[in-house]
Amino acid sequence: MSIDKDTAAHVARLARIRVEEEDLPALASEFNRILGFIEQLNEVDVEGVEPMVSVTPMRLKRRPDVVTDGNMQEKILSNAPDAREGFFAVPKVVE
Amino acid sequence: MSKPNEMTIADARDALRAGEITSVELTEACLKAIDEAEVLNAVVHKTPDLALEQARAADERIRAGEAPALCGIPLGIKDLFCTRGVNSQAASFILDGFRPEYESTVTQNLFDAGAVMLGKLNMDEFAMGSSNETSHYGPAVNPWKVDGRKLTPGGSSGGSAAAVAADLCLGATGTDTGGSIRQPAAFTGIVGIKPTYGRCSRWGIIAFASSLDQAGPMTKTVRDAAIMLSAMSGHDPKDSTSADIPVPDFEAMLSGDIRGRKIGIPKEYRMEGMPAEIEALWAKGADMLRDAGAEIVDISLPHTKYALPAYYVIAPAEASSNLARYDGVRYGHRARLAEGEGIAEMYEKTRAEGFGAEVKRRVMIGTYVLSAGFYDAYYNRARKVRALIKKDFEDVFAEGVDAILTPATPSAAFGLGEMADADPVQMYLNDVFTVTVNLAGLPGISVPAGLDAQGLPLGLQLIGRPWEEGDLLNVAQALEAAAGFVSRPEKWW
Repeated sequence: MSIDKDTAAHVARLARIRVEEEDLPALASEFNRILGFIEQLNEVDVEGVEPMVSVTPMRLKRRPDVVTDGNMQEKILSNAPDAREGFFAVPKVVE
Repeated sequence: MSKPNEMTIADARDALRAGEITSVELTEACLKAIDEAEVLNAVVHKTPDLALEQARAADERIRAGEAPALCGIPLGIKDLFCTRGVNSQAASFILDGFRPEYESTVTQNLFDAGAVMLGKLNMDEFAMGSSNETSHYGPAVNPWKVDGRKLTPGGSSGGSAAAVAADLCLGATGTDTGGSIRQPAAFTGIVGIKPTYGRCSRWGIIAFASSLDQAGPMTKTVRDAAIMLSAMSGHDPKDSTSADIPVPDFEAMLSGDIRGRKIGIPKEYRMEGMPAEIEALWAKGADMLRDAGAEIVDISLPHTKYALPAYYVIAPAEASSNLARYDGVRYGHRARLAEGEGIAEMYEKTRAEGFGAEVKRRVMIGTYVLSAGFYDAYYNRARKVRALIKKDFEDVFAEGVDAILTPATPSAAFGLGEMADADPVQMYLNDVFTVTVNLAGLPGISVPAGLDAQGLPLGLQLIGRPWEEGDLLNVAQALEAAAGFVSRPEKWW
């Protein structure tokens, strides 16, 4: 599997990271180097092996489905780059 | 008499309880050492006022006769831990100025045990790196030096390692996703343990790869690691992967007796091109454990070779998902937008400006291996290989092996900037001996065991059975005692 410039641009877009056009060839070549390294995994016989879900098998704990915290609007907004009238503010999304 | 900041945690604790020193004196000595060590760039956010306030409170508690394990002990905290009201940025520009409104469970546990926080410590950005060079703050510098070259303290917990080795604090927290406690510990001649996955709560630790991340202590001695690990550990309802099992008093388990313990030497760790010095140290380590009464056996962990490639699928995949939250909306940096740019541009520009090159690379690799059409070929295959790697360990433990001895790193500390032109995979090889342990969720400890020909520290790693950190620490202490590593970096800063 080889990644070209267009695939690199697609991945960058999926990851929501802007990459300038002139940087795409170098990025694609880095991807290829890393994926080439990863492709060693194809040598392993994984027939019948279950993919690992949890490294320490345990049953997840349960608790009653009730609200356990809240009422901390000020704290939640305290680190926002732009907060107005109790909300996070972002550029206009809907025309 | 050594200076207060040069003391071990165990000695300081005993001196505090005996009234021979106060926490304020210890803390002031560390704060002074920190101010004199700017060039090491180990401490990136100093908290002297908080430290002295905590130290005075600790002295009160000690006077009142109530002195838990770490009461009055000054520590450094890796920047990855969220600490209330104190910058917690994972050494990333994207979290510029972030001050959490909450405290991570591990730091809360340490504070409950009376610990004093001196400041936040440098690291690789989002814990992605092996040399501390991906940090937005610039690299931390190893207090060990040869030929006037500035060396890396390793990574990602490079600031923690440098701070402990330079006596800026008595101990420090680290985190370890692929070797980020053990490799820097080995590069700086200190002890670092990554406990079993689930031993320490991950709540409030900025996430990198959630199925691999674990916090642990970085200290001057194995005994100190035992003391600090007991205080950091424990079940936390806020982390669903935190184990609800009792935490033993690890220090009390340091009997010094390892007679009859079976120590495995895995043949697959004898890597091609491994420096002769590392190989010799490894053999010497085995001899020392044999002399202490352990039985040394050859073992095989057949899938070792595939650990690093599996890791470089799983860790980036989890990182791409965990780091999706950095969008410039709720915290940290937001890019300035041009006229007419909307929310998609805001995300893309914010993340382009906020993340460094290595973080972007891993997020994009993770995005790729999880994308439609490649999920099975990469991600699911890597998770299957991970299951086989874990089974390798289960098989040798089932044969009665108590612990496994390996080198900690494939080399001693290298020079800052020396890997700048290497491709990313070259840097990833630093984790070749440590990453298997994260994939299998096991405890692993790095113990300083000798110096190389240049006079730089080298470490050996011991890997233990799940949840048996006490036994692992006991073997590590026997190795520490036999190796007799007492070298300290000569103060040049």
